[in-house]
Amino acid sequence: MTSATKSGLKTRIIPALDVTGGRVVKGVEFQNLRDAGDPVELAARYNAEGADEIVFLDITATHENRNNMIDVVERTADQVFIPLTVGGGVRTVADMRALLSAGADKIFINSAAVAQPSLISDGAEIFGQQCMVVAIDARRGAPDGAWQVYVRGGRTPTGLDTVEWAREVERRGAGELLLTSMNQDGTGTGYDLDLLEAVSAAVNIPVIASGGAGNLDHLVDALQPGRADAVLAASIFHFGQHTIKEAKQYLRDHGIPVRLESDPA
Amino acid sequence: MIAIVDYGAGNLRSIKRALEAAGAGARITDDPASVRDAERVVLPGVGNAGASMRRLQETGLADAITEIARRGTPLLGVCLGMQLLFGHQEEGETVGLGLLAGRVRLLPSTLKVPHMGWNNARLGHNSPLGGAGENREFYFVHSYYADPDDPADVAAWTDYGISFPSIVIHDNIWGAQFHPEKSGPDGLALVRQWATAPAITTGAAR
Repeated sequence: MTSATKSGLKTRIIPALDVTGGRVVKGVEFQNLRDAGDPVELAARYNAEGADEIVFLDITATHENRNNMIDVVERTADQVFIPLTVGGGVRTVADMRALLSAGADKIFINSAAVAQPSLISDGAEIFGQQCMVVAIDARRGAPDGAWQVYVRGGRTPTGLDTVEWAREVERRGAGELLLTSMNQDGTGTGYDLDLLEAVSAAVNIPVIASGGAGNLDHLVDALQPGRADAVLAASIFHFGQHTIKEAKQYLRDHGIPVRLESDPA
Repeated sequence: MIAIVDYGAGNLRSIKRALEAAGAGARITDDPASVRDAERVVLPGVGNAGASMRRLQETGLADAITEIARRGTPLLGVCLGMQLLFGHQEEGETVGLGLLAGRVRLLPSTLKVPHMGWNNARLGHNSPLGGAGENREFYFVHSYYADPDDPADVAAWTDYGISFPSIVIHDNIWGAQFHPEKSGPDGLALVRQWATAPAITTGAAR
């Protein structure tokens, strides 16, 4: 009665909140930060607009800011009943546990995954694969058009090839990839579709597209042809250009299945 | 008071907050006596079925849950907690609590597993959420699904490669394969329905 691939799974729209000093900020290629508001208020607003998940990135990741972040996650989880994915400076299983206890549902790791890949499998074993997201910051630049993995907020090249690294983190137990194009991040000129396609083709776990969304067509492009499973964006939502609801309606109009709370029952 | 069973699995804080948002007071507990005394019980769960059952048995929580379920106390299993209401579990070749008749199986690999994200639940005739055939949307994260012996226990179906039960209801025992505490308004509606459903005094669990 059902085909083997029949699915009602929706495409997720995920606003990303870069947090430092208790405020949401957003820059271009990780530079020139603009203030975008209070993280808990912004998360509550996105939730009310129909966001499918919220990502918090601690962009400072000092000890002091970590405690701020735990407070932000706790206060958000008290009033926002959708999945919260949190990362930035997570280095140990204890860091993960502290954020999960505060109300996070998933943790993403980036630099620490490169420095100590066993952290991926350790986290997956303890908290489940669904909990372990690996964030990859990729920069195009190799002569053959390939993408190199960068760490430490995009400052440090690792020599790792992005597609190969994506395969490795899947093998080590990552449940999802958060794939950011460093070249595109904050530019508003669209996601790196070649990067998305290359990584999506290489792994069998969900890929979240990040970096470059400047209009709603960019979101559509990331899903087809980009093959992403979810789209993450910041600036287009933070600065009032579009609401989450408008974005979802736009995707639906383009034939992409989304969750819209005004759905007829 | 509602007891949320703490056996070291998952984000219990969010379930507690969702119950509170639905107007119900809840307490997180790892004490079998508190579970026995509770008016209602939530069995959450994330992770491995075998490890979770061992832990429930070692702590005496499995016996307490079985006892309250058989005497008619409202019980809600969430995600792995729903799966553990059933018998044989493919994961780790374990046996669950056996409060509901059926088996737990691995999702087919025709699509990405785990099934992660928002999906429709198609309500059945016995759904407390609305009319048969209506859709609600919930957030799922799981690799296994329950396959009840009696289709009458299924209150909602979801499609992901196959059609599987996303809500089961058998007398006082409810199960949700998704995370109602992470499923926005539709999830909170389910939590509220369960928390306010009249208790059934003649526990008829198998």
